[in-house]
Amino acid sequence: MSTSVAAKSVRTGEAGLAIVLLALAFAAIFITSRAYTGAFAFHTSLFAIASFAGAAAIAWRYQHREAETPLMIDGRPNYNFGPVKFMSLAALFWGLAGTSVGLYLALELAFPWLNFSTAYINFGRLRPLHTSAVIFAFGGNVLLSTSFYVVQRTCRARLAGDLAPWFVALGYNFFIVIAGTGYLLGITRSHEYAEPEWYATSFLVVVWVTYLLVFLGTIARRVEPHIYVANWFYLAFIVTIAVLVLGNNTEVPVSLFSSKSYPVWSGVQDAMIQWWYGHNAVGFFLTAGFLAIMYYFVPKRAERPVYSYRLSIVHFWALIFLYIWAGPHHLHYTALPDWAQTLGMTFSIMLWMPSWGGMINGLMTLSGAWDKLRTDPVLRMMVVSIAFYGMATFEGPVMSIKEINALSHYTDWGIGHVHSGSLGWVAFVSFGALYCMIPWVFQRELYSKRLVEWHFWIATIGIVFYITSMWVAGIMQGLMWRAYTDQGYLEYSFVETVQAMHPMYVIRALGGAMFVSGIVIMIFNIYKTLASPALAPAPGLGAAQLAPAE
Amino acid sequence: MSDYESWRQFAASWGMAYFAAIFVVAVIFAMLPSRKRAYDEAAQIPLRDD
Repeated sequence: MSTSVAAKSVRTGEAGLAIVLLALAFAAIFITSRAYTGAFAFHTSLFAIASFAGAAAIAWRYQHREAETPLMIDGRPNYNFGPVKFMSLAALFWGLAGTSVGLYLALELAFPWLNFSTAYINFGRLRPLHTSAVIFAFGGNVLLSTSFYVVQRTCRARLAGDLAPWFVALGYNFFIVIAGTGYLLGITRSHEYAEPEWYATSFLVVVWVTYLLVFLGTIARRVEPHIYVANWFYLAFIVTIAVLVLGNNTEVPVSLFSSKSYPVWSGVQDAMIQWWYGHNAVGFFLTAGFLAIMYYFVPKRAERPVYSYRLSIVHFWALIFLYIWAGPHHLHYTALPDWAQTLGMTFSIMLWMPSWGGMINGLMTLSGAWDKLRTDPVLRMMVVSIAFYGMATFEGPVMSIKEINALSHYTDWGIGHVHSGSLGWVAFVSFGALYCMIPWVFQRELYSKRLVEWHFWIATIGIVFYITSMWVAGIMQGLMWRAYTDQGYLEYSFVETVQAMHPMYVIRALGGAMFVSGIVIMIFNIYKTLASPALAPAPGLGAAQLAPAE
Repeated sequence: MSDYESWRQFAASWGMAYFAAIFVVAVIFAMLPSRKRAYDEAAQIPLRDD
């Protein structure tokens, strides 16, 4: 659809990336021919197909693009919302997929015959598929799409890079496919939240560094003199995740032709690195990144500036300095030195301050505009998410105290805690942001607020079922494990605790089913929104946008 | 003193003091009353239409 009269020429980036992708495709074919296992050959074939598809997409895009991509049109930034649109819709897809797998797992725990004695869908293989799909696929696409949106709007500059933003969007989702199919085929590093093997992680590092460069490049060309605080949080998230992934994936592959690798360190060192990684994935992926969403979307939706900008800066520095030390609380009463356990516990408790400071800052942004909660279910969703942020970050430090951890650790209390954070805080603030952002970037009116009301109430009640049943199950389980008879024998066998938890498992599955229903309602609402006629585009928006390369 | 012990001692004393000092400086800078104007402007960034 090129109507430009200016001569079009192939850009260096287009030629360079196409050559790199073709080289990668042939390397992948070579590795496929010598792969040790069928599962690895399947993955390297996917790499070959995706690389060829990427090169073809570059050629297709060259045919259809304008000769020049202006940074400004009529004095306004020529925003690049193509990758934002793609990843916001990908987030909805992964959100439904990830929570559906979670629901199936909940049903498997209540009714174990549901695994049909099949290796591919047994609990051990499906569980990382669920966690990765909701955290990295759903959460990751929400973070990447909102960060590309927020950094452009708050810097008033077009996203840096020509192909780079699309490479990040498509490359990240390709990584998700490799990771997820690997779990079902039995390829895993067996490190929680860090299961993908060396080749998947290596590719992710390339994608992630590109992401960092796109983000920094956009900040560098900003028109606003000040870097808005949401971008600080996004940047902390991007940089820290890069460091964490590199640190926790210090490993040596068995061979170029094998999916298997072994970590450089072993035993308690490996455990400590793993939970330094694991807890900071919570702190910087699930917290800092989503706080960035809070600091942009809540003020924007409420049409009021953040309650205290100064507090948001203090919130940022306190979070950065404290979170990084909290990991050892995952290793209480293990071979980890006592001082390290105490350090982890102490810093976890200190985290109360920045967490609650941030929560107050988010909630008080509504001060003087509380009436909007009655009429705007999207804003209500975000405000409830901030309340859940406060609740989960209160509960977490409590559970990090050694004496309480002795009861709570390895029980379903932990599962309940994680879900009050991930469903209540992360998913709700994401839903709120997507309900705002998708209509903005597609220039549509949201189809139905009533459906948002339904989504809000069904999901909220579902979360309550989930959390309360897991509190009961977890504390009961912990108490049964430590019950002794008069003679000093353990009073209950393990299977007796499992039997006792059955009713709570059924209630948990009911809560999960409600939460999944909420997402189905949301997807229907967004579908109807996108099917509706576009609003008149604002000047500078929508013009000369990249076509999605699929 | 073993190598591990000396690293641990260093991290738990000088290392901690170093991080604590940076943190205190960052918070003091954030709290300076003279920063108020810049903060008031920055807080408006999401709300200004472009």
